[in-house]
Amino acid sequence: MIKKVKTGIIGTGNIGSDLLVKILRSPVLECGIFTGINPKSKNIKRAQKMGVPTAYDSINAIINNPDSCEIVFDATSAKIHTEHAPILKKLKKFTIDLTPSKVGKLCVPSVNLKACLEEDNVNMITCGAQATIPIINALMKAQHQTGYVEIVSSISSQSAGIGTRSNIDEYTRLTSEAIMELTFVPKAKAIVILNPSDPPIHMQNTIYAKIHTSDITLIQKEIFAAVKRLKKYVPGFALLHKPIVQNGMLVIISEVTGRGDYLPAFAGNLDVMNSAAVRVAEEYAKKRLL
Amino acid sequence: MKKKVLVIDSTLRDGSHAISHQFTREHVASYAKAAEIAKTQILIVGHGNGLGASSLHLGFSLLSDTEYLKYAKKELHRTKLGAFLIPGFGTITDIEEAIQNGAEVLMVASHCTEATITRQHIEFSVKKGLRTFGVLMMSHMAKAEILLEEAKKMQDYGAFGVLLMDSAGTCLPDEVTEKISVLTQGLHIETGFHAHNNLGMAVANSIAAVKAGATIIDATSRGMGAGAGNCQLEVVVAVLEKMGIKTGLDLYQLMDNSENIISKIQNSPSINSITLTSGLAGVFSGFAPHAKRAAERFGLDPRDVLMELGKRKVVAGQEDKIIQIALELSRTKS
Repeated sequence: MIKKVKTGIIGTGNIGSDLLVKILRSPVLECGIFTGINPKSKNIKRAQKMGVPTAYDSINAIINNPDSCEIVFDATSAKIHTEHAPILKKLKKFTIDLTPSKVGKLCVPSVNLKACLEEDNVNMITCGAQATIPIINALMKAQHQTGYVEIVSSISSQSAGIGTRSNIDEYTRLTSEAIMELTFVPKAKAIVILNPSDPPIHMQNTIYAKIHTSDITLIQKEIFAAVKRLKKYVPGFALLHKPIVQNGMLVIISEVTGRGDYLPAFAGNLDVMNSAAVRVAEEYAKKRLL
Repeated sequence: MKKKVLVIDSTLRDGSHAISHQFTREHVASYAKAAEIAKTQILIVGHGNGLGASSLHLGFSLLSDTEYLKYAKKELHRTKLGAFLIPGFGTITDIEEAIQNGAEVLMVASHCTEATITRQHIEFSVKKGLRTFGVLMMSHMAKAEILLEEAKKMQDYGAFGVLLMDSAGTCLPDEVTEKISVLTQGLHIETGFHAHNNLGMAVANSIAAVKAGATIIDATSRGMGAGAGNCQLEVVVAVLEKMGIKTGLDLYQLMDNSENIISKIQNSPSINSITLTSGLAGVFSGFAPHAKRAAERFGLDPRDVLMELGKRKVVAGQEDKIIQIALELSRTKS
């Protein structure tokens, strides 16, 4: 029998529930505890039906039974994660934070995965960051002198849970900070828009950059290579068209179609975030299982 | 019906859409000074889409949020200075800066079904002592009952009042009457209306709102604003006075401000083929210039772009959709 590494999920909302499906599909991960705060939660019942150990005393389930997991995914909120982080550190859990708390090292797998595996707490930033930083990084490789980049993430209202909504300020600020920190662009701005259209829109991300050249052959080459790397763990990622230039401004529009693991395919925002988190956990697990 | 209406002057905020957010220091200073003389109670300034919205996506403003606030503040004594913010664009850091630069009023806006994203910002603003209003944008896209639910959330967060914004200029007076009535009956805070003039209904809609119980009207001098413009401040004040409703404003001064200051910055907004189509399509008025540019870029009729945007129920803030839809239309054409 192939050995798997046990993971725990704190937070049983949209993110946690989607994550669970992805973990159960992983060849190297399993779920040792799925823990929330609401005993009446539909998502906890759903997990029980899937044969997953569950609890509703949040992090206490892990404190009381530390052997339930080696890796912890925190899908609560930024504020709660700042309380969880020192506890999980003490318990020596490799922690993957899905809130915009900014406690751990900012992580985008296709950009800085290796360095993140040396940490005890990594932060998955935001869905907008996961979907755009790999592309901006490619742009910066081709055009070092780019001075300003902006991203606009449009997500369907149906896929934005109460956590996302009450953290929208942290979301916006952390996304722009992460773009600057990981791609070295001097100035970045992030905008997020919730779209209530019915049927729901797929998550869409637009990157704008002021560039100093009209020849974008090299930029395109780097971007296409980055898309290929990103698609390895986010198969639903796609550019909607080749990058275009309009008035000295580069425009790159992409879409993420979710796998439909928990919410339907429109929720690419959940997918890109969780696929990145699972990628980090799998690489960590592979190292552990060596 | 004898009552009082608070008329908020958003000329130096929403008006900036008409000149691609290029108000100069002189514009701001001269208009703010004149608004003070006209006994304006609240003057909102900044980028057309509010704090933190100056961007490639929406267009950069000539000056920063800080500069706009500072230059206006210098001229104001009794008139309260205000800012506008859409969560997702602006952040609490921007509110803190606005307060440092003299803002005493804040309008926090979201798409009409997304009031939950305004909680952090309304609560923060109220805690800091700002007179805080909630704004539900694109209000034609939701039924009255839904608007009431969303407005109640803003009321719970501590808003002093909630305004419905007809961001597409597509509402007719009956619809305004129905929606504002539901709000005034269901809320214990003030209600208000912000009209656009795409179908020539801005003043009529504002009056319908007041008759239905609204006590706040948001307007701009000369109707300055995106596309067909907003509710024309001096006109709505004149109509209210004629109806015997007090605004506390100096009507002659408002007329002078419109003619002596605003007319020199921009020609009066007009209803033309593009802004009229935009109103019919129910598309955010601020999309018109972007649709025009994208149509030129891809060799299309901008009206086709606008009608398609309306069909897809694109919301304010999704200016990137315009390029995408134009690209798709040009592909189907060729």
